[in-house]
Amino acid sequence: MSTIKTLRVGVASCGIASGAEDVMALLKARANSIPVVGVGCLGYCYAEPMVEAVLEDGSSVIYGNVEATEKSVDNILALGEAGRFEVPPERKKREKIMVLALAGRVDPVDFDDYVAHKGYDGLKRALAMAPEAVVNEVLTSGLRGRGGGGFPTGRKWSFLAAKKAEEKILICNADEGDPGAFMDRSLMESVPHQVLEGMLIAAYATGATKLFIYCRAEYPLAIKHLKIAIQQICDHKLNHLGDRDVEIVIKEGAGAFVCGEETALIASLEGQRGTPRFRPPFPTDSGYKGYPTMINNVETYGNVPLILRDGGAEYAKVGTEGSKGTKLFALAGDLKYPGLVEVPMGITLGEIVFDIGGADRTKVKAVQTGGPSGGCIPVENFDVPVDYDSLKTLGAIMGSGGMIVINNDRCMVETARYFLDFTHRESCGKCTFCRVGMTRMYETLERITKGQGTEEDLDFLADIAPKIKAGALCGLGQTAPNPVLATLRYFRHEYEEHIREHKCRALQCNAMVKLQIDHDKCVKCGLCVRSCPVQAINADFEIDPAKCTRCNSCLDACPKKAIYRVHNGDEK
Amino acid sequence: MDNAYSYLESVGKEPSNLIKGLQLIQSTEGYVSDDAIRAVAKYFSLPEVEIEGVLSFYAQFKRVKPGKYKIALCDGTACHIKGSPLVHEWVRQELNLSPGETSADGLFSLETVACLGCCSLAPVMSINGRAYAKLTRKGLVKIIKEYQAK
Ligand SMILES: Cc1cc2nc3c(=O)[nH]c(=O)nc-3n(C[C@H](O)[C@H](O)[C@H](O)COP(=O)(O)O)c2cc1C
Ligand code: SF4
Ligand code: SF4
Ligand code: FES
Ligand code: FES
Repeated sequence: MSTIKTLRVGVASCGIASGAEDVMALLKARANSIPVVGVGCLGYCYAEPMVEAVLEDGSSVIYGNVEATEKSVDNILALGEAGRFEVPPERKKREKIMVLALAGRVDPVDFDDYVAHKGYDGLKRALAMAPEAVVNEVLTSGLRGRGGGGFPTGRKWSFLAAKKAEEKILICNADEGDPGAFMDRSLMESVPHQVLEGMLIAAYATGATKLFIYCRAEYPLAIKHLKIAIQQICDHKLNHLGDRDVEIVIKEGAGAFVCGEETALIASLEGQRGTPRFRPPFPTDSGYKGYPTMINNVETYGNVPLILRDGGAEYAKVGTEGSKGTKLFALAGDLKYPGLVEVPMGITLGEIVFDIGGADRTKVKAVQTGGPSGGCIPVENFDVPVDYDSLKTLGAIMGSGGMIVINNDRCMVETARYFLDFTHRESCGKCTFCRVGMTRMYETLERITKGQGTEEDLDFLADIAPKIKAGALCGLGQTAPNPVLATLRYFRHEYEEHIREHKCRALQCNAMVKLQIDHDKCVKCGLCVRSCPVQAINADFEIDPAKCTRCNSCLDACPKKAIYRVHNGDEK
Repeated sequence: MDNAYSYLESVGKEPSNLIKGLQLIQSTEGYVSDDAIRAVAKYFSLPEVEIEGVLSFYAQFKRVKPGKYKIALCDGTACHIKGSPLVHEWVRQELNLSPGETSADGLFSLETVACLGCCSLAPVMSINGRAYAKLTRKGLVKIIKEYQAK
């Protein structure tokens, strides 16, 4: 057997949250002369912390759910059998790793490591071409924006390239506002140079002079890695594009979803409140401080080096007619293998959710794509191919890549209420329909989940949603009613049950549910009584519904699973 | 310039650096006080109301002094689906705190955030930046007790 050459530990945010730093410290202390390298995400979030032992013969052994104990670390150093991680075969078969090829495999802040893996080959090839030819290469690739809109990237570039101005601005949208998505974070943390290489190629192709990265402040590790990488770029003079040097600046966002919208983002970059403005003028005509400005998403830039390295035609071999390449998805919710996945466009939703995600076919009822701007797709439609156009016909969108799997024990009305709660608070308040309309919709959903809804409420929701969409200036308001419209379309019966029967079939909406003890199963151990924070359980093990807050503490504490949530009025 | 805020000089005086300046204040002091607003207004030569307008727009900025231990409860989609409303309820029961508040003893403050980036470990919260994953009530109470004992 071969010996260990290098040890890689996944220390992106997700890994750190699961304790990977402690594992890494211990490995370093016990690995003697073997180098221990911190890398980004391998995408198997459910198996974090992860350690990969790369052997002298080039093969490697991966360990998952590694504990920060001497025993488990020594097991790795001895290449023991325990704790070995295998990529689920179904996932291996269906994934198509292109953009994430280096994630978890290179040291994010080691310039030479990136270069050794063909990093900056794309930029080199671009610089040997005329700028127009670079734009054409991207047009040929068929790449479309990964930030949610799906606008053809090459076309956008050609708009900026056509502009004559003393300064042209290029922005990387790293705001990642969908509150259930982490593709961009992971890419920036794991391979910051790839995103920057994409930006440099874009700058060369379009003649941009100043480059901004607008990144969520909640992503400190991504910001740190990008800063180091930018310094390395300057040290190696890679910011010198033919006839000029370009400057790359990182700006931290300050926590406003609407700032992901292009014009709001620009206002925020200028130091103002991030309020969208009417378009036209489009940013490519007049953007940051009046200069022609172009905005692309992190993942969009992450695709660009591959296109320039391998050629647009080669890139276009992956995907469908109208949607080329791969897409990253942040898979979470009710499934066995949550994580970051990269799949070819055109794969079906079912393949992602069941085959890659390992979700339970008997329990899944829907999946939510596109976060608060998107919609849910019921399990009956899981044979839909995932591309920009097919998902739209179902009332959902591809979105930026958040994908949340929803089981039968989640209430769809409550899920819609959650998204509206988010968007109505994030409305910038400029448009009356968005500000007032969304608040009314939210209040209506809140009433229905409390069992106080009426038939008229359903009519009201159906009536106001299109008005908000029509009356809103920016994409936030134009898409915010979508989660409600989609749930009304596919799960109207759940709304009706809440209203007519005061029933939440998922037993989630607290106002319609109480907790009950099954005395045949109960062994009178008393654990529930002790766990209840409001003393709602008496000495006879009866739960007083007036006192109970439905906090589920007792349900979790009961070793016999004798406690249930039941409908108000239902007796067991 | 008020001496207490002389560190503002490390950011340029152009108004486009306003958010950066406020972020610097917040990371140094933990929040943005009325005094700080006055100092920032003077430094960037902007009216105080404009500073307040920007502050109130962005969720990141705090106007109340945070507690020694800052609890951030994730209410992103994945965490919500995996029961973050229950976690809120548990924290409320344990500490009698609602989002945006600081406890009377100054020990804990509470805020909700949208996605801490470890959705696959939901439900998640962080205390002073350290993430705690797959929360259960028992686990949560234990964590809070540990901080109280510190
Ligand atoms: C309310 C709202 C939030 C948005 N948030 C983001 C975001 O977080 N990240 C992103 O890349 N695009 C976001 N967008 C889309 C951007 O406005 C823009 O279309 C995108 O950054 C363009 O890049 P692309 O063509 O590469 O996709 C958002 C749009 C709206 C209306
Ligand atoms: S639609 Fe909503 S978020 Fe967008 S500009 Fe109007 S008020 Fe602001
Ligand atoms: S915890 Fe369960 S078994 Fe124990 S007393 Fe309560 S209901 Fe009965
Ligand atoms: S492995 Fe990093 S996002 Fe999960
Ligand atoms: S939704 Fe909570 S960590 Fe992402």
